[in-house]
Amino acid sequence: MSTLQWIDARSVEEAVALLATPGAHGATIAKAGGLDLLDLMKEGIVAPARIVNLQRIDALRGVQFIEAAGLRLGALTTLAEIASDATLRRNYPALAEAAAHAATPQIRNAATIGGNLLQRPRCWYFRNQLFHAARAEAGRDQSQYGAIFDNAESTMVHASTPATALLAYGASVHVVGKQGKTRTIALGDFLLPPDFDRDRDTTLASDEVLTHVSVPAVAAHTSAAYHKQTERDSYDWPICDVAVVLTTKDRRVETARIVAGAVAPVPRRMTASENLLLGREIDEQLAAEAARLAVRDATPTQRNGYKVQVLETVVRRTILGAMR
Amino acid sequence: MSASDPREDRTILTGIVGDSLQSVTRNVPVEEPPELPPNSELRVIGKRVNRVDAVPKVTGQARYTFDVQLPGMLYGRIVSSTVPHARIKSIDTSAAEAYPGVRAVHILDRILSIAQLRDPSVEANERYPLVRYHGQPIAGVAATSMRAAKAAAKLVRIEYERLPHVTSLEAAMQADAPVVFAGPTEQAATAGGGGAAPGLPQEGNLRGPARGGLGGGPRGDVQQGFAHADHILTREYSTQVQTHVPMETHGLVADWRDDELTLYASTQFVLSVRDDAADIFNLPKDKIRVISEFTGGGFGAKFGIGNYGALAIHLSRKARAPVRVVLDRREEHVSVGNRPSTIQRIKLGAKRDGTLTALQVESYGTGGVAAGAGVGFCHSTMYSIPNVLTEHYDVFTDAGPSAAFRAPGQVQGIFALEQALDEMAHTLGVDPLALREKIDTNDGDDARARKVERRIGAERAGWAQRRPPAADPGPVKRGLGVAQSQWVYIVHGTTTCEIRIRGDGSVAAITSAPDIGTGTRTIMAQTVAEELGLRAEAIEIRIGDSRYPAGPAAGGSRVTSSITPAARNATHAAARDLATRVAPLLDAKPEEIVFQDGRVFVRGRSDRGFTFAEAVRQAGVDEIVHRADRREDYDGYRAKIGDLHISKQALGGVQFAQIAVDTETGVVKVERVVAVHDCGRPINPKLIESQIYGGVIQGVSYALYEERHLDPDTGVHLNANIDQYKIVGSRETPDIEVHVIEQLGRQSSTDARGVAEPANVATAAAIANAFYNATGKRIRTLPMTPANVLAALRVENDADDEDLA
Repeated sequence: MSTLQWIDARSVEEAVALLATPGAHGATIAKAGGLDLLDLMKEGIVAPARIVNLQRIDALRGVQFIEAAGLRLGALTTLAEIASDATLRRNYPALAEAAAHAATPQIRNAATIGGNLLQRPRCWYFRNQLFHAARAEAGRDQSQYGAIFDNAESTMVHASTPATALLAYGASVHVVGKQGKTRTIALGDFLLPPDFDRDRDTTLASDEVLTHVSVPAVAAHTSAAYHKQTERDSYDWPICDVAVVLTTKDRRVETARIVAGAVAPVPRRMTASENLLLGREIDEQLAAEAARLAVRDATPTQRNGYKVQVLETVVRRTILGAMR
Repeated sequence: MSASDPREDRTILTGIVGDSLQSVTRNVPVEEPPELPPNSELRVIGKRVNRVDAVPKVTGQARYTFDVQLPGMLYGRIVSSTVPHARIKSIDTSAAEAYPGVRAVHILDRILSIAQLRDPSVEANERYPLVRYHGQPIAGVAATSMRAAKAAAKLVRIEYERLPHVTSLEAAMQADAPVVFAGPTEQAATAGGGGAAPGLPQEGNLRGPARGGLGGGPRGDVQQGFAHADHILTREYSTQVQTHVPMETHGLVADWRDDELTLYASTQFVLSVRDDAADIFNLPKDKIRVISEFTGGGFGAKFGIGNYGALAIHLSRKARAPVRVVLDRREEHVSVGNRPSTIQRIKLGAKRDGTLTALQVESYGTGGVAAGAGVGFCHSTMYSIPNVLTEHYDVFTDAGPSAAFRAPGQVQGIFALEQALDEMAHTLGVDPLALREKIDTNDGDDARARKVERRIGAERAGWAQRRPPAADPGPVKRGLGVAQSQWVYIVHGTTTCEIRIRGDGSVAAITSAPDIGTGTRTIMAQTVAEELGLRAEAIEIRIGDSRYPAGPAAGGSRVTSSITPAARNATHAAARDLATRVAPLLDAKPEEIVFQDGRVFVRGRSDRGFTFAEAVRQAGVDEIVHRADRREDYDGYRAKIGDLHISKQALGGVQFAQIAVDTETGVVKVERVVAVHDCGRPINPKLIESQIYGGVIQGVSYALYEERHLDPDTGVHLNANIDQYKIVGSRETPDIEVHVIEQLGRQSSTDARGVAEPANVATAAAIANAFYNATGKRIRTLPMTPANVLAALRVENDADDEDLA
């Protein structure tokens, strides 16, 4: 019978030290909210010998606003806290919306932003012990929910929806490793395409702890919107989600970031659409053109072609939503 | 109770209260209690009584099978196949047996609840049962903890010789498809129905054609009928596999003792568990006791003992200790039942005025390794159609077995039939409701009920304000649709209730029927209380034990129709008995004694009497015990299949759905459902509404979300959880407006009939018809996922019509 050891780490340093020391009988895994970890353990995808619980580390908590630097989200900030913080909602509405529409109320109360970014893909094959052991996903995805871009190797998509909004706001993640060595990584570089052969889908090293996420301050005249398109409202994984963050001057777009999740292995910047908007005033027609550009290079599989139309719709609607 | 019981003619008011009541003469056994007046004149029956077991349920005191803990109980874990089709060459259990805490290991020598070879000698030389689907139970391990059982189960080494497999209905129909069964098969019905017509031809994976079932069947000459049609439409509809997903998974705790086998079962019918156990373990039935205090849903799949139950008993016998086998959510999805998928080809002929001339249906359905994947009986039983031919083929695939599922077959059949009628109505330029008015004219209680239900529903749903198809200019389009329901009115043949009036004035009603969540205790308590002039809460109800007098199966919408007459008959006899003892104390004749408002008194002289408890004491009663049966329907039955007695009358129901379709994302939202239903005399409107809510919600879930996905290469059920198997949630639940009519059929002493199944039959079809009204396009494929919806919206013209006029 397998047993496991549970250690409550009291500091980031202690957590890093524990993660850096191999457990006696196998892997050591850090736990924040524990939601994805428990799922993976139940499915037999991971079997940690030692769990390092981060929940007792107060330094990992808190939502802070720092004048010029912007927003600092401790890794243990729950999705519910992000969704309900009034200042955050006002300044980063797309992020608040993304957090508010993730999972269910019960899960949002326990799930942390750090864990959310580090969660593994929800691919049916990835989550099945049999296929997982065989590394057997490519080319036989029966799911209608997989990637429509960059899907030649795999249709697995990163599962985090807050990541879509965070990427649109230009967020970075901060990690601490051995000897207190810190790294700051742009979120776009941090997330990696999901892969059976890695034990994570980020550039986080096995002996590093994600400490916080930073989001730059929003400029004046910034408008933003987020939409997660699902089959069900109550609780569902996305067909796609889209975050749009724009700055305007005299109604003309000065900067634009449009990001779509669940359509590519990692959240995808729609740069052609962004460029189209620059210097122009947004109206129905321009939004429709930008949306068409967003899906121009889509390569859907036999089963997920409908996602192209859904994505085009959601990009158009979210651009318009940001201007409202 | 036999047919030779003395009978008398009684003149009784029958029909729909508030609409049409008329006198009829029924030939009734003289022992039957006098007929009840309409509910408005009753005090407990027909009232919104709270569930008598609500508090124990919400406080967690109610003991489900899942909760059963016995001293020394072991935990059983099933070892399942990891391949879809194979011959097992060897099984090595030695490592599992040696694992700490393991007390027994058992390998199954037969697989229950699937089709069986007509000629077993075909596989007589097989050492182990062949594996025919991924996840088929093979063996079980019992250990002192669940963790040990799980760990040990992983150590059972099975060597397979792989055989070619096929998982999709379409692929299995191909001539060169791998064959699931090497010879013709049979599948007997369970006590809950299902099963397949015996003796049908079988070629490759195709078994059939079956023509009929439960009153269905061919009539007339369809070729002639089509020759007389002005318009013929030919359409193909398809439906998906839906799994039952009851809140409580299947489970059984077996306690094998030398003198008795006790089984705690999550079941719809304790006697089916007892009978299966007696059969498999060669035990006398009276040495087996089955207990089911509370069952967390079943929807048709919880009949008999199942492979999990057989394993629990084998393991208990070997370990000499109680063994609990409760399925996990994956096993529940994979191995204990589902609603079969279908492909249905419908050809419908009509005159210009809407008169139907012929209906031809060719259907294919796969219940995996189970037979009986038909599409119901509605084609022959609902409408006035002179010429009908239905031909159904079961298609075997290497997938988990189907089981009866809330109106088996009829849900799939009605989805296609009611949409085909809607299509015909639009083609002919006839209002869909007016078309039903014209063709729904059979001489039966269901047709009579639907006539009233259409009127009520049309008013409440705003049918007169219904707009032409695709009236909304924007991307989100709203529409209103209607579909009709029909289900058989079933009575369980052997139904007995015992009433005990004790010296302290307490009253108990006793039967073996379990409650799968519908409120059996409450409707029994109301029936007894009405007769004795007591409150429903005052009646003690004992159910769910095979030692009690035989009660009905909780399946086929038959509990209320079966148990309430038996309960009333027994209570009536007990009340008359008590009246005889009380009458002398009040200087009255027994027939003058009435029971009302907690008192026993002389008719017209409420001051001359006692409280109920006083009356019992004064009469010197130690205990009055009466048993009575549910007598046969006064007009007899159309068919009897064992204890499944099918009335000549049927249950109706009409549902209206208002939906919104986002034509740019393909997301469908059901906004409102008006559900108008009949169930004979409503015993408890609150519980009936609850049942209808459940039926509509399950219907919405079926129409929009639920679908089993199998991996064709491996046969693995890919979404065998409730994260990825999508079920309707609270935000997807529409506003549901229920209206229940009171129809006094005068076939039993309570006039009660069921409602569980009819509530689930019409929902998907009503939504599909609303989809057309919203978008001007047809959706003939379930579920209505964005992928299927956007595909349906892209179709330009898919009508395959012949206009012969």
